[in-house]
Amino acid sequence: MIKIKNISKSFNDKSILRNISGEFDKGKTNLIIGSSGTGKSVLLKCIVGLLHPDTGFAFYDLRNFTDADKEVKSEIRREIGMLFQGGALFDSKNVEQNVMFPLDILTKMPQDEKLDRVNFCLKRVGLENVNTKMASEISGGMKKRVGIARAIVNNPNYLFCDEPNSGLDPQTSILIDELIQEITHEFNITTIVVTHDMNSVLGMGEKIMFLYKGDKLWEGSNEDITHSGIKELDDFVFINKVMKNLKGNKLV
Amino acid sequence: MKEFGRYMLFLESLVVRRETFITYYRLVVDECMQIGVKSISLFVLVSTFIGAVTTVQTAYNLVTPLVPRYIISQVVREMTVLELAPTIMAIIFAGKIGSSMAGGLGTMRITEQIDALEVMGINSSSYLVLPKIIACILMYPGLVIFSGICSIVGGFIVGTLTDIITPTDYVLGLRSNFNDYSITFAMIKSFVFAFLIASISCFKGYYTKGGALEVGIASTEAVTSSVIAVLLADYFLANLLL
Repeated sequence: MIKIKNISKSFNDKSILRNISGEFDKGKTNLIIGSSGTGKSVLLKCIVGLLHPDTGFAFYDLRNFTDADKEVKSEIRREIGMLFQGGALFDSKNVEQNVMFPLDILTKMPQDEKLDRVNFCLKRVGLENVNTKMASEISGGMKKRVGIARAIVNNPNYLFCDEPNSGLDPQTSILIDELIQEITHEFNITTIVVTHDMNSVLGMGEKIMFLYKGDKLWEGSNEDITHSGIKELDDFVFINKVMKNLKGNKLV
Repeated sequence: MKEFGRYMLFLESLVVRRETFITYYRLVVDECMQIGVKSISLFVLVSTFIGAVTTVQTAYNLVTPLVPRYIISQVVREMTVLELAPTIMAIIFAGKIGSSMAGGLGTMRITEQIDALEVMGINSSSYLVLPKIIACILMYPGLVIFSGICSIVGGFIVGTLTDIITPTDYVLGLRSNFNDYSITFAMIKSFVFAFLIASISCFKGYYTKGGALEVGIASTEAVTSSVIAVLLADYFLANLLL
């Protein structure tokens, strides 16, 4: 479980996040949603330590991560897997080397064991026979899958996904969402996904935090989101005419 | 001053939370291949031609028969050892390797590859930058020696083929009044220049912000700043050590 308490962040006196608190449950896909520029990615970066919040803390299973010293932070980070928006695969390495990288650096596993683990993870994300392809030779969807495989290769306790389906077609997006959800349940990890994709919100939002202009306005699940009674959230969810009509017809 | 402070903090970050020795060993060997071996052809080409041109131009300026011809190769030797091999090559090295380092790290920054390393608990600056600096310090002095040899050989080939100087006079000039401290001085300069070029270029690339345009700007700044640092260091070292 990850708990955040009163996280605030400003850049050049511009307040991006204000006193965000909440809990992200283990074994669930926890979503941080909101329009572009509401501070979702900044919050995620504060949680994983890529940014230091001005105030507030992030706790990983009761361990204070924000104020921990470098050694403790490094230890906790070794329990983290993260999927970046563009995949963030290393250009100089092929698919196999990319996925094996955390094992090379963080473990003393024998080479054949590492290779087994890499092949297992690649198979788990639906990729086979691509081991020798370079990162630049694979499609966007495959990059995301390789990114997921790299994120889970070291058996993380925490998985973070920053807009996992940006730039993907709707069908591939849904496959990636399903994969993240399956992995979360299968390995019982705490997953936090930042997204503004409504298919993701409705499809895998077991626990959702809605941010609006730097404030947390609502928390709930995908079952509650359509009848929250909050105007800003309704504006976000029912943004297109089809959804508005569906709401009018009470089909949602 | 703020930028200098950031640079010093950046250097400090290279030596804290390091990875294992074997990890660095592999990375340093890879970087040595990229930085050293792949630069040899450029160094050979440039230094051979500069040696040849120095010979021709020195001969052109020696209008009086009172000055012996072997002075030509003495001038080539002194220019090569003291300035051409360590300093002029450093400027070329900054253009080739410095821009490549800054561009590579800048691209890694904007495509979140550096963030990915940090999230894994790896000290990204130490992992990515330290091997580059070590490889530069290991390879650049070797390149300087190689460049010096090529320059002197270039001068010899052109000088003798065009009858500017006889082979005997050329060798005599190379050996006359030779002060071996010049070699020590050139080596000290090459270590300092290698460190400055690698660290400044990596610093510029590592802190790139924005997109492709900023990566280009970082590469340009890396070369400019490295060259300025090399020229300043050249002056201070000459004042200090000669």
